[in-house]
Amino acid sequence: MYNRSVSCTVNGIERTYLIDLRSSLSDMLRGKAGLDSIKHGCDVGECGACTVLIDGKPFNSCIYLAIWAEGKTILTLEGLSTTKGAISDIQQAFIDEGAVQCGFCTPGFIMASIPIIESDTVATRDDIKRQIAGNLCRCTGYEHIVDAIEKTQKKRIEERQR
Amino acid sequence: MYNFKTLYEPASVAEALTLKAAHPEALFLAGGSDILIKIREGRLDGVDLINIYMLDELRGICLEDDGSILIRPLTSFTDVAMHPVIKAHLPVLGEAVNTIGGPQVRNIGTIGGNICNGVPSADSATTLKTYDAVLEIVSAEGTRTLPYADFNTGFGKVDLSPTELLAGIRIPKASWEGFFGHYIKYSMRKAMDIATLGCSVNVKLSEDKTMIQQLRIAFGVAAPIPIRSPKAEELAKGKKITKALIDQIGEAVLEDVNPRSSWRASKEFRLQLIEELAKRASVEAIKKAGGTIDV
Repeated sequence: MYNRSVSCTVNGIERTYLIDLRSSLSDMLRGKAGLDSIKHGCDVGECGACTVLIDGKPFNSCIYLAIWAEGKTILTLEGLSTTKGAISDIQQAFIDEGAVQCGFCTPGFIMASIPIIESDTVATRDDIKRQIAGNLCRCTGYEHIVDAIEKTQKKRIEERQR
Repeated sequence: MYNFKTLYEPASVAEALTLKAAHPEALFLAGGSDILIKIREGRLDGVDLINIYMLDELRGICLEDDGSILIRPLTSFTDVAMHPVIKAHLPVLGEAVNTIGGPQVRNIGTIGGNICNGVPSADSATTLKTYDAVLEIVSAEGTRTLPYADFNTGFGKVDLSPTELLAGIRIPKASWEGFFGHYIKYSMRKAMDIATLGCSVNVKLSEDKTMIQQLRIAFGVAAPIPIRSPKAEELAKGKKITKALIDQIGEAVLEDVNPRSSWRASKEFRLQLIEELAKRASVEAIKKAGGTIDV
């Protein structure tokens, strides 16, 4: 009785998933789609480790009904790189700046940072902190994470101006 | 997986109301940032839900022909804060909802959910109280309007019968035109935190900006429900803007509040916050309205 199908675009590809109606979006994307970047952290919208972009905006996929994704466009960390085996600039910046320690929170932080690095408005460090305020990291102390986002933002703006 | 029993999925508000009349024990599910979390915590096991999140007719903000601002309840906090009508005429509401949670929570949480939840810490509540918001409430039987001032009936309780749904939040033109507001949320963290205390003030000044025509002030977590301070509002009416008046406002509000001690803060600390935030928010609102204060 709980079976349902949900059709949405995930990382650029139209997909249909057969799910239990009671699933969260994180259940569907991690469990059915095998997108392991989505972490079941707190599962109550506190830690941001399950952050995905829905129609370009960051959401906690743990407190989002999977059926609400019908017709939506979803981007997860796996969709950031178009070349198989390669990683995107923001992922490389996290490595270069030492913004990753245990790595559990990293996909969520990176997804929360996408609206910043894709914007033409230059974000200050305070703006960046505000945009990642819904994500928790227990290892890094955040400074390196802000460094990585700031660096990638500058790089992207320069690239667009070229 | 959420442990709910039945999920009703109406395709329209009319259908949602029919379903609610047939299943009054079922809860309306808007953005879910309260309800889905309670389900996760096992506090609503086996609940029946009516999913209204998809009903776009309950979403959006518009400036009506009569000059009132109509906010539909499913508008997310992000969309409230970003909306041109709010930015132009009611920026303090955008500033208030921008203090809620973090970006992800503000994208899913709705302003209607925030006030129907009925808790005194709701960050949108104080500002909506000070702007004399009027609620439009619908059921299968019809529509009624209710001043938001009368909506909260106790801690976590609101004046909605089991068959009713909040369909609109209206700010009359006379309530916003010429008023400038400021909101201060005091919390331990700058994000992802519940207000220890919230204070929203708005003022309308005389033409020469030296007198207060009207001041409205409300507090969150200063009583079991979000409240206004009639004593301070009466005191400020028609007064010249002085440092002494600001201090008097800070003292007057203490007569209208009834804070409690909780794990977040003691009653004594809250009383100090109430006085101090009342003064600071009043000063900021006066500044935004173009007034100056002699020190």
